[in-house]
Amino acid sequence: MSFVSVRNIWQAYGDRSIIERVNVEVDQGEFISIVGASGCGKSTFLRLLLAQERPTRGEISIDGGPPAVEPNVERGVVFQRYSVFPHLTVRDNLMAGTAFKTRFGYLRGAARRQAMQDADEMLVRIGLNHVADQYPASLSGGMQQRLAIGQAMTAKPRVLLLDEPFGALDPGTRLQMHAFLMELRALTNMTVFMVTHDLEEGFKLGDRVLVFDKPRWDPHDPGLFGATITYDFDARNGGIPHQIQTEDTHVS
Amino acid sequence: MRLINRIPSRRSGILLAALPFIAVMIAYAISSDIRLTANPNDKLLPAPATILDTAIRLFTEADRRSGDILLWQDTWASLQRLLLGVGISAAISLGVGMAIGLLPVIRSGFSSFVAVVSMVPPLALLPILFIVFGLGELSKVVLIIIGITPFMIRDLSQRVLDIPTEQLIKAQTIGASSLVIALRVTLPQILPRLIANVRLSLGSAWLFLIAAEAVASDVGLGYRIFLVRRYLAMDIILTYVIWITLLAFLIDWALKTLSRRAFPWLEAGL
Repeated sequence: MSFVSVRNIWQAYGDRSIIERVNVEVDQGEFISIVGASGCGKSTFLRLLLAQERPTRGEISIDGGPPAVEPNVERGVVFQRYSVFPHLTVRDNLMAGTAFKTRFGYLRGAARRQAMQDADEMLVRIGLNHVADQYPASLSGGMQQRLAIGQAMTAKPRVLLLDEPFGALDPGTRLQMHAFLMELRALTNMTVFMVTHDLEEGFKLGDRVLVFDKPRWDPHDPGLFGATITYDFDARNGGIPHQIQTEDTHVS
Repeated sequence: MRLINRIPSRRSGILLAALPFIAVMIAYAISSDIRLTANPNDKLLPAPATILDTAIRLFTEADRRSGDILLWQDTWASLQRLLLGVGISAAISLGVGMAIGLLPVIRSGFSSFVAVVSMVPPLALLPILFIVFGLGELSKVVLIIIGITPFMIRDLSQRVLDIPTEQLIKAQTIGASSLVIALRVTLPQILPRLIANVRLSLGSAWLFLIAAEAVASDVGLGYRIFLVRRYLAMDIILTYVIWITLLAFLIDWALKTLSRRAFPWLEAGL
């Protein structure tokens, strides 16, 4: 039994199909990169994984559980922007990962001390301990994204979803973030889905690369058919999978 | 050098800021002088010295009949009504605005209602308020509340909607309930907006206060201005107008300072 199981997902807004017949099984600890042209339903697929939207048909389950109806703690997320809370300091942003689970959102006493200690450990791990008391707006883009990833991790999600997390960063910072993310993943062995525009990034970080595209195209009504997973590459071992196994395509 | 690139230095900036005030004062002094030379008994534009004398008298001398200094009495009465009205409006608009902005059920039910209600001209309701709440303090406070609350609710609920969805999703993925999202994500980010909102609404609040006091009252800044109008006592009216302006300016400045002190994260990016 696979960890994340996506069965025959369709999503349509009115008459416009966005994605159709998406099936994929993901094992625990796999890093899935999702690539594709703009408007090919990559982000829609991520929103479905996040349970921000419910699919028109089909279902997604994590570890055999029932399909989620709204975002929950099983799914951590990092967006391209606006993922951290601007009114909380860097440390408070990390503590939010535990504090927000309480009834009124505030921690007191021993729980607070424990959360502070955990936050400080995470601060060291994401390399932000020198700016613990600053507000996110005064951090650089790369630091903000590191904070966003750290914040998602403190809530201990079972699946981490990244929506073009490094899209707004300059190339140098992006490379640093790749190293940071791979390091973090080696430590936690988390299941990750990452949507990206950058093929190279997708192959570099991912164990598998899913390509979204429209296999059917009606020239008179481009919105009629949705996109689906047209390729499912094995990207391990530097993206040369033929050495180990044959590639698995899902063209239909 | 292009005009748009000419930035005044600090000193000339202060000078430029003072210029319009000085210009208005000089223009007034000249016009007043012209009228007073033509007719020493002219009441329309009293000399600046007369206004100063009157102001000192108003601020320090007690009324012969009651033994109280009327100006301070008027000030306390008016400020009390104003702050009560604005405070209640702020509380209502914060609660309702957050509910409309955060909860789709409430939004469907109330947002068009509030939009329509905010179009009702509050002063047209003044007679109704006097009939329903009597001529006492209550009707004046209620007029301020009716006058500014719908607008504040609309603005605040829009601000809540402007908070990026990403933040709300993120909060949910780290386990926040609706209550926690309201308390820890929305409320802190909306409070600075509430203060900005109160600052904007204060102008209207003063308008409604003075209107209500002018119609039916026995104490208050607006009441006094409309009372002495009968005697063409321009020196008293002008003193009161300057005093009201100063009070409004001080309240505005205090709110601005409070906002800057209380929400350091707002300026973190600057």
